Amino acid sequence: MTASDVSQRTVTNATGKIDAPVQGSWRSRRRQRRAEAAAERLSKPAASTIAIIIAVLWSVPTLGLFVTSFRTVDDIQGSGWWTAVTNPLFSPFNYRAALVDSDLASNFINSFAITLPAVLIPITLALLAAYAFAWIPFRGRNTLFVAVFALQIVPIQVTLVPLLNLYVGAGVAGSFWTVWLSHSMFALPLAIFLLHNFMKDVPPSLVEAARMDGAGHVTIFFKVLLPLLVPAIAAFGVFQFLWVWNDLLVALTFASNDATPLTAAVADLAGTRGNAWYLLSAGAFLTMLVPLVVFIGLQRFFVRGLLAGSVKG
Amino acid sequence: MDWFLDAETTAHKLALMVLAIALFALVMGAILFAVDKPKRVPQWVVVLGFLGPPVLLLLVGLVYPALRTLVGSFQGRDGEDFVGVDNYAAVFTNPELLLVLRNTVLWVVLVPLVATLFGLVYAYLVDRTRFENLAKALVFLPMAISGVAAGIIWKFVYEYRPDQAGINQIGLLNQLLVWVGLEPRQFLLNQPQNTFFIIAVMIWINAGFAMTVLSASIKAIPDDITEAARLDGVSGIGMFRYVTVPSIRPALVVVLTTVAISTLKVFDIVYTMTGGQFGTSVIANEFYSQTFRQGNEGLGAALAVLLFVLVVPIIAYNVRQLRLSEEIR
Repeated sequence: MTASDVSQRTVTNATGKIDAPVQGSWRSRRRQRRAEAAAERLSKPAASTIAIIIAVLWSVPTLGLFVTSFRTVDDIQGSGWWTAVTNPLFSPFNYRAALVDSDLASNFINSFAITLPAVLIPITLALLAAYAFAWIPFRGRNTLFVAVFALQIVPIQVTLVPLLNLYVGAGVAGSFWTVWLSHSMFALPLAIFLLHNFMKDVPPSLVEAARMDGAGHVTIFFKVLLPLLVPAIAAFGVFQFLWVWNDLLVALTFASNDATPLTAAVADLAGTRGNAWYLLSAGAFLTMLVPLVVFIGLQRFFVRGLLAGSVKG
Repeated sequence: MDWFLDAETTAHKLALMVLAIALFALVMGAILFAVDKPKRVPQWVVVLGFLGPPVLLLLVGLVYPALRTLVGSFQGRDGEDFVGVDNYAAVFTNPELLLVLRNTVLWVVLVPLVATLFGLVYAYLVDRTRFENLAKALVFLPMAISGVAAGIIWKFVYEYRPDQAGINQIGLLNQLLVWVGLEPRQFLLNQPQNTFFIIAVMIWINAGFAMTVLSASIKAIPDDITEAARLDGVSGIGMFRYVTVPSIRPALVVVLTTVAISTLKVFDIVYTMTGGQFGTSVIANEFYSQTFRQGNEGLGAALAVLLFVLVVPIIAYNVRQLRLSEEIR
């Protein structure tokens, strides 16, 4: 495709006329359509430019804080981050201050220690429940499934105070155990619903064949279904990971000082030291670090998981 | 016992984490092993093994607390004496709480509409252009970060410095105002505009979500339809209005309702940016401050129940629409 072709295409598109000649065979028509798509791609320079400009504008707020997180305390207070172009003076001091002096390092560990079990436990439980709902016939199965499905609409705000009282009564309030348990409980309705949908899509003949061979439910679950469900588990896993890592409400309610995750600690900094931008910028990026890595690395699962799980909260 | 509850060092925390996972694996393994005798174990024991633990957790973690909160919403500050509908009456008469309700309505109307509209136009605009994937990734990125981080990012954009000689603005928006010759403003303090500036943050986050869903369904429109329309001489805005939008209507409904629900429950953005002060509170944030800051559990419970009541019709509508579109298919 030459440049003149492209400009011609632009002109015809702009006037709204269609210059598609009648084609003989289906194959050549398809080839032509593909060529048209390519031409269209190149012929939308205005759309491309606007789209890219908006995307850049969308990123400017994040970029500004990112630049700020590497500037010196005096520079941050004295001039805008955009002046860093003419006055580039960067140091990792802010991150050291945030990690060591404000001890966000231990909060980082807490976030990690909270997230791993809070992802593994609900996924395992939900897989088992989804299997039972999909492949073990029993009385009242549909009613129970609808009940679990309906629990998705319960906002977690409704559960916090009574749960906290239960934890206090049991003498475990403030510990990691309460955070793990709470996240697991809150994740279950959505996880069961989503994984059940995937389980149901597995061809029944596969399960029947395994049953013929004398396999029990546990064997069928591990040997037949689990391998087929890996993409679904990955998608939900990424979603649940982000939900737990980015959560603030559950953390503020249940985690005490020694178990406080990064989000709650940084939110606390924002409240108590609202003008210490050198700390806040570094702190904000510490909370974003792991989600961004996951986002870039697992974008496919990430989008799928987010789309599937977006009703949660 | 203390060793299990109070971990202070890194090694201790990680050990506790590994222990929790191992313990969980052990218990679940034992249950599964016990029910994996296809001939000798009756069916209901198998069902109990698979469904018992999750159902128990749901009963303890969601059903009981929700009912308890419902009762609590008719009780006083410390959740003891019965006060009738006083808490609900307070929500709908107290001027400060009415402001909270007004703000919530603003959020729930503006965020879904603007985010979806932007996402729709952007998805249409970016479709089959160069750098499509990069542009979409950049707009989608805010979905990945926490509300706390988003709140801090935007608080910095809105940062205000007094308008005096020798003092530079460090917030981008105020610097833009100064550059065009206007006075810098206290974006987050001045009522009532400040609510809109916080709403903008939620739109910034959710537009990427709307764009991703809508972009996927725009790409799923069969070529035959667009081609037929094109042969009929439809193009540009007409194509968008009469072909694209009607074809993706189910996806539009899902996006609108989904964003509306997450907006209703928004807490971390408001908590980080203003803490609900300066007339910016919303129901989810007011629930937190009434319950845990002011120690007014009854009122907090009423706000939580209100949140629940507001979510139900949106989800019901969503499910109905999904059913309808499945029937058509």
